[in-house]
Amino acid sequence: MASAFEYAPAPESRSVVDIAPSYGLFIDGEFTEAADGKVFKTVSPSTEEVLSEVAQAGAADVDRAVKAARKAFEKWSALPGSERAKYLFRIARIIQERSRELAVLETLDNGKPIKETRDADLPLVAAHFFYYAGWADKLDHAGYGANPRPLGVAGQVIPWNFPLLMLAWKIAPALATGNTVVLKPAETTPLSALFFADICRQAGLPKGVVNILTGYGDAGEALVTHSDVNKVAFTGSTAVGKAIARSVAGTDKKVTLELGGKGANIVFDDAPIDQAVEGIVTGIFFNQGQVCCAGSRLLVQESVQDEVLDALKRRLSTLRLGDPLDKNTDIGAINSAEQLARITTLVETGEAEGAERWSAPCELPSSGYWFAPTLFTNVTQAHTVARDEIFGPVLSVLSFRTPDEAVAKANNSQYGLSAGIWTEKGSRILAVANKLRAGVVWANTFNKFDPTSPFGGYKESGYGREGGRHGLEAYLDV
Amino acid sequence: MPTTAPAFSDATASDSALRRFLFGLPGVDAVGLEARAASLGTRSIKTTAKAYAIDLAISMIDLTTLEGADTPGKVRALAAKAVHPDPTDRTTPRTAAVCVYPDMVATATAALAGSGVKVASVATAFPAGRAALDVKLADVRDAVAAGADEIDMVIDRGAFLSGRFMKVYEEILAVKAECGTARLKVIFETGELATYDNIRRASWLGMLAGADFIKTSTGKVATNATPANTLLMLEAVRDFRAQTGVQIGVKPAGGIRTTKDAVKFLVLVNETAGEDWLDNHWFRFGASSLLNDLLMQRQKLSTGRYSGPDYVTVD
Repeated sequence: MASAFEYAPAPESRSVVDIAPSYGLFIDGEFTEAADGKVFKTVSPSTEEVLSEVAQAGAADVDRAVKAARKAFEKWSALPGSERAKYLFRIARIIQERSRELAVLETLDNGKPIKETRDADLPLVAAHFFYYAGWADKLDHAGYGANPRPLGVAGQVIPWNFPLLMLAWKIAPALATGNTVVLKPAETTPLSALFFADICRQAGLPKGVVNILTGYGDAGEALVTHSDVNKVAFTGSTAVGKAIARSVAGTDKKVTLELGGKGANIVFDDAPIDQAVEGIVTGIFFNQGQVCCAGSRLLVQESVQDEVLDALKRRLSTLRLGDPLDKNTDIGAINSAEQLARITTLVETGEAEGAERWSAPCELPSSGYWFAPTLFTNVTQAHTVARDEIFGPVLSVLSFRTPDEAVAKANNSQYGLSAGIWTEKGSRILAVANKLRAGVVWANTFNKFDPTSPFGGYKESGYGREGGRHGLEAYLDV
Repeated sequence: MPTTAPAFSDATASDSALRRFLFGLPGVDAVGLEARAASLGTRSIKTTAKAYAIDLAISMIDLTTLEGADTPGKVRALAAKAVHPDPTDRTTPRTAAVCVYPDMVATATAALAGSGVKVASVATAFPAGRAALDVKLADVRDAVAAGADEIDMVIDRGAFLSGRFMKVYEEILAVKAECGTARLKVIFETGELATYDNIRRASWLGMLAGADFIKTSTGKVATNATPANTLLMLEAVRDFRAQTGVQIGVKPAGGIRTTKDAVKFLVLVNETAGEDWLDNHWFRFGASSLLNDLLMQRQKLSTGRYSGPDYVTVD
């Protein structure tokens, strides 16, 4: 972008985070090597630089971690809620104190801009622990009768798009309700979970209450199928979610699945257009679109379609793509070569099927995994890019004429995770929201999260709710 | 009489047409607007970018004194400062203008002759605007006759809030006619318009009536320029140019006191209206104490040390 006002580089300092050359698994309060000694490397997606080498958990390690969690469960679940709350409050405060370090770490390992880790991920992580810390001694009043019991050992598998935030969504309610956990972070983003293990030690959390196993899908599978796990919580792809649902069928494990999405962002002709354009950008380009609840389908009323598209393209041309550690970067790197390949393939499919592609004019760095913000017009419900989850910075634009048509098109999806409504008319918000089959419906905003608000999906977007009072139920024997 | 941009001649054909047009503008979601302004406020402007922004901001200042206690001596001192903001560093750019009451225009004009610094004058019974139209026009004539290059008028907020948009429109037209070659800045007093929807309507009303600049406020009420209301007005001039080809300036005024604030406003300009507005012909700061902070930051950039208030001149 050649402009008179050229922003000079403003990189956040890497020196605030000290990444060790290697890390072990965190089991029973100690870092240990994998039983078979296997390790794998984690790289920074923006540069492909190797950040560290971490232990690769196998079935034996899973068994060891589950045993540690089982052993810790007895005492942890017997603690008064107010005692468990103390640990959670302590963890929340340590996260706040170390937030800059964690933000830089997350940006390095994940590739997302420091602006997002600093202003969205980390504040939400701390807020989640604070929120569930508050519930720990009030479970009698959560609506499940007196003294609701925890389930036992929770096996949790989380994705790479919000590594630390998804960890918080999983661990905070589990611990508040008296469960112990074995958590497996994604293989491309293991580091922030390992730093969290250190925070657990710093907070004096009893050994075995939290166990972190870094590894691949086989470790995740071993965890969710382990016979002594009482609760399975998974966030990730619909394909893996289905496999998990099959593997736990016939057991008494309680399961929550938070899977894919193809969120519709519906812009009516009486919308606040400038703010709607911002909401469309936030909806699909936040975290490079690697968000399960992304507003990846724009449904815009025909009478304002041209106006909205012109404004959107103009706005996308101002997005700053590049070094994720630069404080002025809006669009960071795609998390992995594999994900980049998937996005590229789907975009090629879109073009082959006749949708019209437009990409923002920005220069992509020569190393690392990058994809320019892209939108497709001339898209119909029959196009692959309007149906499949791309999980990247790619927006499909469809139009509608009437509110009923908007609702019908929005609901015409195998998914049902999120939706957005843009209109200045309050009654229309309520009328449309009631008809949308989506777990989260945002009105005149998008991708806003709060620990007090439940989150989850319909249809192939999964089941169960995380966050809010509803999020307690997933970890209680009720 | 100056004519309205042809694309919108229908909009001003009658009172009801104007009202329909203004109420047909897209609404403004306050939460979203403020969030966008706040998010642009997190831009980190360092080193070369900061140096550029500081000099640009200095060159965009309408160095202002609007006090009952103003004297010719005070105005001359301000004029001298506008020409040489930092006596120790002659590379410092001049400010865009000096802004005074009409009775001080002659003094300012004499003091600034040949300097390139413009003389701006508030007029039309500033700041309340509560006077008969004839009185307001006489106020403008007086300032223009004394040599003002720019006129900063206030709109009739009472008429605007009670929905008499044509009265406001015609008053701006009348003032514009008195301006001759002087550029007209139309002050909305956004703090009194209260809602963002009103600020958007006022912006379009002002642009339709031939404003050369749209300006947030007088600096005399509780809420003056904010990042959000300035962002909204920048959207208005951007959209107006896209539809008519006519470029109009924006002037936030009041409450912008620090370099940090000024840089945030320049980021708003850069990322909303675009770089065509990064010029003092199209963007101004109505401010007085801002200049000294910019000068101190400028000295810090060149020397590596903070100087302090004894190393810049008092107004």
